[in-house]
Amino acid sequence: MNDLIIIPIIKLLVIFGVCMLFITYTTWLERKALGHFQLRYGPMRVGYHGLLQPIADGIKNFFKEEVVPDNADRAVFLLAPVISISLAVMLLAVIPFGDSFTLFGKRIDLYLANPSIGILFILGFATIGSYGTILGGWSSGNKYGYMGGLRASAMIISYELSMAFAVVSIIMVTGSFSLVDMVAAQHHMWNIVREPVAFLVFLISGIAELNRTPFDMPEAESELCCGYNIEYSSMKFSLFFLAEYTHLFVFASLVTTLFLGGWHGPILPGVVWFFVKTFIVIFLCIWIRATIPRLRYDKVMKLEWKFLLPVALANVIATGVVLTLFG
Amino acid sequence: MDKSEIIVVSRGRGEKGNYVKPFLKGLQYTLGNFFKKPITVQYPDQKTARSARWRGLHRLNLDEKGELKCVACGLCAAVCPSQAITIIACEEAGDTRRPESFEVNELRCVFCGFCQEACPKGAISLTKLYEYVDYSREDFLFDIARLKTTGEKWNS
Ligand code: SF4
Ligand code: SF4
Repeated sequence: MNDLIIIPIIKLLVIFGVCMLFITYTTWLERKALGHFQLRYGPMRVGYHGLLQPIADGIKNFFKEEVVPDNADRAVFLLAPVISISLAVMLLAVIPFGDSFTLFGKRIDLYLANPSIGILFILGFATIGSYGTILGGWSSGNKYGYMGGLRASAMIISYELSMAFAVVSIIMVTGSFSLVDMVAAQHHMWNIVREPVAFLVFLISGIAELNRTPFDMPEAESELCCGYNIEYSSMKFSLFFLAEYTHLFVFASLVTTLFLGGWHGPILPGVVWFFVKTFIVIFLCIWIRATIPRLRYDKVMKLEWKFLLPVALANVIATGVVLTLFG
Repeated sequence: MDKSEIIVVSRGRGEKGNYVKPFLKGLQYTLGNFFKKPITVQYPDQKTARSARWRGLHRLNLDEKGELKCVACGLCAAVCPSQAITIIACEEAGDTRRPESFEVNELRCVFCGFCQEACPKGAISLTKLYEYVDYSREDFLFDIARLKTTGEKWNS
């Protein structure tokens, strides 16, 4: 009884709560860090150095007016943010946050589920999650939103490929689809050492998949004035926003899990290492965003089809050859 | 398309395809900025210095006896390019001319400082105050009483 219901519920609440807090403060970190990269301060007014800013934003968005455009497809329009956020949050379930430990004589694993196909689960649900973006753009009855949706689907179709191939080489190295096994396999050597090419491909296509600068095609402010979420206001906008940052968090924890050795690290407990590494990856994303301008649309496609995909494929083949010869 | 219509922007770029070095250079630059002190002035808490010739809200100066220096000659009103000054003079026998009403519309004023330059008595001058907010348009019509005390309420 305890093992089946109470412990999972407590775990669920703790993991969800901690992750959501982390994600909320990622928005703060992003604004703050972007500010400092550009010699500004970022939020300063609400709380000490703007620390309460995410909360203030949340409250503000609660009380804003809900607007549904007249020529929007109402049902889909309302559904899109829900798809986005729910599928994004679902991804948190399979991420291994830390080593298992014993509490009151019970073994507690620091993840909610460990399906044997964990990595496929993440890839699949992350892709379905982008339906929120696509549908949101298409249903709002706005040309910018429509363009944003189109571009989102184009991005998903292309960058998913190289990302998956990068993951394939990791699967070949660790010999398992389960994220927990993948972390365990990196006990002696992190995968970033064994698969540096896959790491780079995964990082680039991940940032593209997240629709972050320099690949923020679906929400290019200067061309589409916000892209797919242009007609969204109040809480619906917040949900999109939150989904985006949840995806960022999941992506960062995936990089940590697949390449940076997950919870492995000296001295500090595993969970701390996990969050430190995740934080570093998120910071790297923000850093890149602060540095490079948006690529032109055709260049984005060229980068994927003419560069990343062949490189990822070649890497898979090379990994296979090396494994057969020396493994 | 005809070959001649194609505009070649650049040809044979030596560094074509070399994105890695500029990219790393950019990252280095932004990280350098990250650890520098931001150049933002946190305005309401921190203020920048005003120049000595700064032209802000008007003030009517008083002489030693505490009377207005102004003799209601009307030069400032005449020179004002935006007609922000309205003066009604008052002349009584045995007394110096003085303004009965002197009104500066701070919303019309473009803070050119001509009034200050035109005045033969040095009676009107522009202070360095630039932060003035209020609730209605009427609040920006400064009469004698307010012009006499400009800056005292908010004085630094
Ligand atoms: S500063 Fe210029 S615009 Fe303003 S009242 Fe004086 S003369 Fe008129
Ligand atoms: S302020 Fe000076 S210029 Fe204006 S009416 Fe008075 S004395 Fe004349």
